[in-house]
Amino acid sequence: MIYKVISKHEFRKFIDALVRSNTSFGPRRVDTDSNAEPVYQFQPVTSVEDVAFDYSVTKSSAKHFFLPFREELSRFDIRDGEWEQKINYNSDPVVVIGLRACDISALNILDDVLLNGHFPSPYYLARRKNTFVIGFDHLPMADCFCKSMNHHTVPTGFNLFCSDIGEDYYLAINSSKAFNFLKEFETREPEYEDNCRLVERRKEVSNGFKTHIDVTGLPAILDIEFDSPVWEKWGAKCLNCGTCAMVCPTCYCYSVDDSFDTDMKGASRQKRLYSCNLVDFAVVAGGHNFRPKNGDRLKYRYYHQHRGFAENANQQICVGCNRCGRACLAGINPKDVINDLRMEKESCMKCVSSSPDKR
Amino acid sequence: MHEVRFVIPRQEINREDFASSAPDFNRRSEVMNTDRGFKCSITNIVRLTGQEKLFQLRIIDPTERSLFRFKPGQFLMLELPGYGEVPISISSSNSNHEFLELCIRKAGHVTTALFTIEEGAQVAIRGPFGSSFPMDEMAGSNVLLIAGGLGIAPLRAPLFWINEHRDRFGDVNVLYGAKVPSQLLFTYQFDEWKMINHINLHTIVERAEEGWTGRTGMITDLFEDISIDMKKTWAIVCGPPVMFKVVCSHLDRLGMPMNRMFVSLERRMHCGMGKCCRCMVGSTFTCVDGPVFDYWSVMNLKEAI
Repeated sequence: MIYKVISKHEFRKFIDALVRSNTSFGPRRVDTDSNAEPVYQFQPVTSVEDVAFDYSVTKSSAKHFFLPFREELSRFDIRDGEWEQKINYNSDPVVVIGLRACDISALNILDDVLLNGHFPSPYYLARRKNTFVIGFDHLPMADCFCKSMNHHTVPTGFNLFCSDIGEDYYLAINSSKAFNFLKEFETREPEYEDNCRLVERRKEVSNGFKTHIDVTGLPAILDIEFDSPVWEKWGAKCLNCGTCAMVCPTCYCYSVDDSFDTDMKGASRQKRLYSCNLVDFAVVAGGHNFRPKNGDRLKYRYYHQHRGFAENANQQICVGCNRCGRACLAGINPKDVINDLRMEKESCMKCVSSSPDKR
Repeated sequence: MHEVRFVIPRQEINREDFASSAPDFNRRSEVMNTDRGFKCSITNIVRLTGQEKLFQLRIIDPTERSLFRFKPGQFLMLELPGYGEVPISISSSNSNHEFLELCIRKAGHVTTALFTIEEGAQVAIRGPFGSSFPMDEMAGSNVLLIAGGLGIAPLRAPLFWINEHRDRFGDVNVLYGAKVPSQLLFTYQFDEWKMINHINLHTIVERAEEGWTGRTGMITDLFEDISIDMKKTWAIVCGPPVMFKVVCSHLDRLGMPMNRMFVSLERRMHCGMGKCCRCMVGSTFTCVDGPVFDYWSVMNLKEAI
């Protein structure tokens, strides 16, 4: 890793040159929500003016650049009952600007899942290799809990990471591409003062967290509380819409569906991101559903994120961005569910009552 | 603002390079075969009942045919382009390198489409995937195979193995239950198993039909018929989800150690590679860590059975 300091003015010039020469995506204000707060999303940008450098958080995560909602796995040319299968792994290079530390951590977790083991995914690898990731640090929102998950800083997984130190950005350069591009611009070596400002900034970020979740020993608690009424309570609220998985930066479950072209001369096999909260997630042929109740499916989501994955990969899959909590139409928040499970609310006995209306 | 232009170079992913950089070289063929199926032609179709057919497949390409090796208990993804893919357990002998047999029930839309195709049609397979029954460890002991309904299909591969290595095993008992006598599968092979291979076959049905002279009742009733030393016996159980708990807890009461009871689980699967998470049970993927589990692992997994 090479560290440089660049003035904000010069950095804007760099971003402008980058987005003008490449297909680029960055945070843009797209709407206003019911609280009159701006809504940001990763959208195509064509000049530096389009990029909202001061954005808070995007509604959807950046995973869709790596795991598109729909992705064609292969095509079949069908003729006289025979067919030829065509597979294309490759994707075009894109630049994604403005990922938060937790978003990049999520990518590292996805790398772990999709590129390790006996069956690495070439589709994901192609997209990961062809995406130029520029990260930004930010002051946490009131409901972010990534510090609890230890994902408020990120050591790797990006091409360039920028920390805001007042007039300048403190750059962590993690790829030769980024290094070579930056040669064209005025940067300088970090001095003692810059390092102090970086430390100050990090402290500011780290101390800014207002939401904390205690996840120590959570895998065991999830096991012990498998039959807890907590699941029924939260399951009764859950609408099974799958929004949480769609906005989650690490949810990667999918389904594979084939479909014929309308002329019947070809067929396409498509991968579609799925959610374990959708009713038919575990339905097998013949109609048996292994998770028939709302609570079962909601539990499974927490179980996978905080226990199953922890056992397989030695880390919990949740990065603490709380996008699911913000997006949930029923007001289900990971913080509340986990605290409920740990029975750390004073109103514990009340909260496990059967009434789903009490929140 | 700035005149410098720099374009991010495109990085190509090459299939062969990718396969050779896979972490485990011994399983290279699997890496190669995860997204491109081996083309097969259907050489024979046997109608077993109104709902089940036995398909015999042959991999067309000789190189691919020599690459495809499996162990009893493993499954493959059978694909019918345009319709989709289904996980099917292999129910032929793993020493038969020419032909594969798959026992398929007409249940979903892919299998319904499969039931309309005829001999000579082409399908494709990916795999084999998953874990297998520890046949080598079982050698020297008695074996108890318990099947309910279509559960006989995955048990056919270990049965073939036992037939081919009959001298390595002690008493072999097959307990096989079905709803009605007409749903008993592979009845044409019963005599062979009984007479030639000295396998004790016990069948039971829930509801008798005309002409049925055998037993009527639940599968656990068959335990009364057999007298074997449970401590020197391995069990393989396969059937509908409700059957596992009943049968395994019964075996547990009879004194069989938990790590000698094997079950083959069924889940919805879309990839077979431990990526789509559809078959996940707790922390375990049915496709990669399973479908064959010992009862101890299954007991440890919440909601597994």
